[in-house]
Amino acid sequence: MTPPSWQAAVYAALKAARVTQIGYVPDAGHAHVIAAAHADPDMHAVVLTTEEEGIALAAGAWLGGERAALLMQSSGVGNCINMLSLPVNCRMPFLTLVTMRGEWGEFNPWQVPMGTATPGVLTAAGVHVRRADRPEEVAETVSAAAALAFDSAVPVAVLFSQRLIGTKVFVK
Amino acid sequence: MRNDGTLDRRAVVAELLRDPDDLLVVSGLGSATYDVGAAGDRPLNFYLWGAMGGAAMIGLGLALAQPHRRVLVLTGDGEMLMGMGALASIAAAGAPNLAVAVLDNARFGETGAQWSHTGYTTDLAAVAAACGWRATAVAHDMAEVAALRPRLRTEPLFAVLRISPAEVPRHLPPRDGAYLTDRFRRALGVAED
Repeated sequence: MTPPSWQAAVYAALKAARVTQIGYVPDAGHAHVIAAAHADPDMHAVVLTTEEEGIALAAGAWLGGERAALLMQSSGVGNCINMLSLPVNCRMPFLTLVTMRGEWGEFNPWQVPMGTATPGVLTAAGVHVRRADRPEEVAETVSAAAALAFDSAVPVAVLFSQRLIGTKVFVK
Repeated sequence: MRNDGTLDRRAVVAELLRDPDDLLVVSGLGSATYDVGAAGDRPLNFYLWGAMGGAAMIGLGLALAQPHRRVLVLTGDGEMLMGMGALASIAAAGAPNLAVAVLDNARFGETGAQWSHTGYTTDLAAVAAACGWRATAVAHDMAEVAALRPRLRTEPLFAVLRISPAEVPRHLPPRDGAYLTDRFRRALGVAED
């Protein structure tokens, strides 16, 4: 299946930003980037058991002179809170791309609380939050977020709206 | 409850870090950080004072970024238990230059020495093996610790050191995260990347 072109643009933007480690807890909205990362001999693709592992992975990458990104779903943001003290306290870059649930035609009510809280929780934890709602703005938003994160050494999250990703269809 | 370990934690860490050369060391928050600092502060030590559960994964990111260097994570049983999923993630990723050593006193030593899961039912070396770590070891005496020292610098080894729960004097290494990060990156020669 051909991925949406915006997902290909995400991977290209991460490569252009010299990201060489990608930690992820899977989501359908990240499927192309995850597959591309595994297929790329110059990229470390690391599957995680829980999202905060990816923040620690990124810190280790930075200590070693590499750049990392964390891919997760909005539900995973809640797992990350205390670990976000690591890049904040150590003045390290941190880049995460978050696919949103619970905000646009959501079928599953369990996704709504964390989806609603995601921007506020990230902001409260010291993360700069950017958002992409339309396919044509994805590449530019990821590139600008990566520049902010790695050049200014701050934590940055890009939220990919559920409208952009497409509402997950549950067949009854 | 199981029997207490008998190893002196400071003696264990001093032995493991003897002649560290260019070993990259990450220490988990609490007593492991104090032990690593007490063994001799150096720029290639990265001490955690928080981010509980993150030590092993920091080791993985560092090991992947520096495949020609050795990385040793030294942490406590409580810190390892909080991030136990990292044992699965590290095994799945595969990092031949990364070793993890757990100073296991079966207690949460910073908070009043409450029993941890390793004092009840959990065997961390068995957990690591079940996650796919092919080399695991448990040391009960200093001869076994001495035998682990070279293995921790050459193998992707997960080791448990059965230390005594006895308290030792606090040793407080630097705790400014930005300073520790910058110092580490400069010592590694990657500060301008």
